[in-house]
Amino acid sequence: MLKLNPKFIPLAVTCALFFVLFGVGAIQFDGFGSSRVFFNLLSDNAFLIIAAVGMTFVILSGGIDLSVGAVIALTGVVCSVLISKYQWHPLVVFPVVLIGGTAFGAIMGAIIHYYKMQPFIVTLAGMFFARGLASVISEESIPIEHEFYNQVAEFGFMLPGDAWIGTSTIICLLVLFAAIIVAHYTRFGGRVYAIGGDANSAALMGIPLAQTTIRIYAISAFLATLAGIVYSFYTFSGYSLAAVGVELDAIAAVVIGGTLLTGGYGYMFGTLMGVLIMGVVQTYISFDGTLSSWWTKIVIGLLLFCFIALQQLLVRGKPR
Amino acid sequence: MNLTKNQNLRRYLWPCAGLLVLLIINAIISPEFFQIEFKDGRFYGSLIDVLNRAAPVALLAIGMALVIATGGVDLSVGSIMAIAGAASAYYITKGVDNLAIIIGAGLVAGLIAGIINGFLVGYMSIQPIVATLILMVAGRGIAQLMNEGQIVTFDHAGFAFLGTGDFLGLPFPVVLVIITFIIVQLLTRRTALGLYIEAVGANPSASHYMGLNAKAIKMSVYCVAGLCAALAGMIAAADIKGSDANNAGLWLELDAILAVVIGGASLMGGRFSIFLAVIGALIIQTLTVTIILSGIPPKFNLLIKASAIIIVLLMQSPRFQQQLSQLNFWAKKKESNRA
Repeated sequence: MLKLNPKFIPLAVTCALFFVLFGVGAIQFDGFGSSRVFFNLLSDNAFLIIAAVGMTFVILSGGIDLSVGAVIALTGVVCSVLISKYQWHPLVVFPVVLIGGTAFGAIMGAIIHYYKMQPFIVTLAGMFFARGLASVISEESIPIEHEFYNQVAEFGFMLPGDAWIGTSTIICLLVLFAAIIVAHYTRFGGRVYAIGGDANSAALMGIPLAQTTIRIYAISAFLATLAGIVYSFYTFSGYSLAAVGVELDAIAAVVIGGTLLTGGYGYMFGTLMGVLIMGVVQTYISFDGTLSSWWTKIVIGLLLFCFIALQQLLVRGKPR
Repeated sequence: MNLTKNQNLRRYLWPCAGLLVLLIINAIISPEFFQIEFKDGRFYGSLIDVLNRAAPVALLAIGMALVIATGGVDLSVGSIMAIAGAASAYYITKGVDNLAIIIGAGLVAGLIAGIINGFLVGYMSIQPIVATLILMVAGRGIAQLMNEGQIVTFDHAGFAFLGTGDFLGLPFPVVLVIITFIIVQLLTRRTALGLYIEAVGANPSASHYMGLNAKAIKMSVYCVAGLCAALAGMIAAADIKGSDANNAGLWLELDAILAVVIGGASLMGGRFSIFLAVIGALIIQTLTVTIILSGIPPKFNLLIKASAIIIVLLMQSPRFQQQLSQLNFWAKKKESNRA
């Protein structure tokens, strides 16, 4: 009999759950089990996957980043103002906002490390700050009209079965690939896990806590900014109240993906599955038509509970 | 002994001084701020308005102060507000006229939510942020389920009194805050419960060896937080004569946490003061009024709030205090060198 390494159990449960949900949908509805629906899951949730990948780094290190949704909104607003009002080219705007976003994350990381504050409250302040700044820049939704955005929307290619792979899908898969390599095959990734496992031991081992913490939050904010850019590809606009609550979706996706919230344990790939599970639940409910959309929230809440309970069992089962 | 007394005084000094400064600024910007009229058996004026508007957050902050004192946090209070409002609205629209049942339904809903949170945090030892996140996400869905996806409006004079009535010349929400404050204060300061809560938050392992039942204590604080949130939710529902599952109490959990932090409580747990948490809620509301009065567009509201949190947090950080005093030290040294 195939014996599964216990460290892969949560990941295996997540993957199995995804296939079960997708299978149930495919049996029940015509057209659910197509590659089109599957790739739509990817392209509809591309920005969430990118943001959740950043959140995975933070949670692996034992922290949390509540500013993600606000950073996405701020990115959209800044992009739309620079492109529509100041006539900058998007390819000039993107590096500028990415650098700004990364700096924002680095500052939060520095405050968390140097002033020994809880990540929760610092990133909460960061969330207020980013949303506040976005609404100061513009309270109204600003449309983005630029030839480049049309080209981005048209770019992509068809797969068999009417499945469309667009720019956002490509970006999100590239980000995921890079994140898997960084998290699992580099020295920095090892440090993230070490800090999440036990920050004191990590410090005694000689891991540079300051540098690593700042980098973790900088990466999270960088990816949130990138998610904001991808988000603007869907909406063609920037709005200060956009993407409210995305940070919670991202956290939920990471948890459902099997990452331990206390840090130090989990896989990047699980996060992708977490987002896809949430996407499947949503698709299922929209296919059904009789179930109302608020069931999504309840189901996601229940899934969250089940996975946290599973984690708790696994942690307790281990000899300490 | 003298030192502890001094420290205690300082703890109360900063938030109160902050509130006073804000009030004075308001009075300078708009002289009529302190005018209070007595009309039709009720006081009217900006000051009363601030008290009335701050009532829901003050209620949440009372519960949140206890939760934070145990080293936890309750993110679900906003959703609990929505659930409680929906539960009351459900019974009113079903034709129930008995006020005790309507209010009881809301309170029971809050209590159940509190028991769930308390069970997850206390008995399953799940991190508080995550445990309460579950109800924060699912709670609004449950409230919408109760409302069947609609914004349920109702007309019930007795229930509306919760939000818009007045008692002894004060708006009824303010009276509710005062009553809740007195009950919780008596419960935590005239019994040992308050000490237990602080012990569990300050040093979990020491309190465990002392024989404290941390699980039951955590359960009780989340229940109090749930009840306070339910009360706040019913006030909000009574105020608009309707239950809006999407927007009732939206983001108020953040305001409540902010109020407790402004009140000088440490998020790591330990010593708490309900009085200071209420002052914190008043500071937030007064700050909002100050922003409006000073003619700064309301869109700056969030930015100013964020800056306020960061400054308050920095002031609390021992490292920052050390850096400040070093600055002072260097400045003094320079002066003495010059002399």
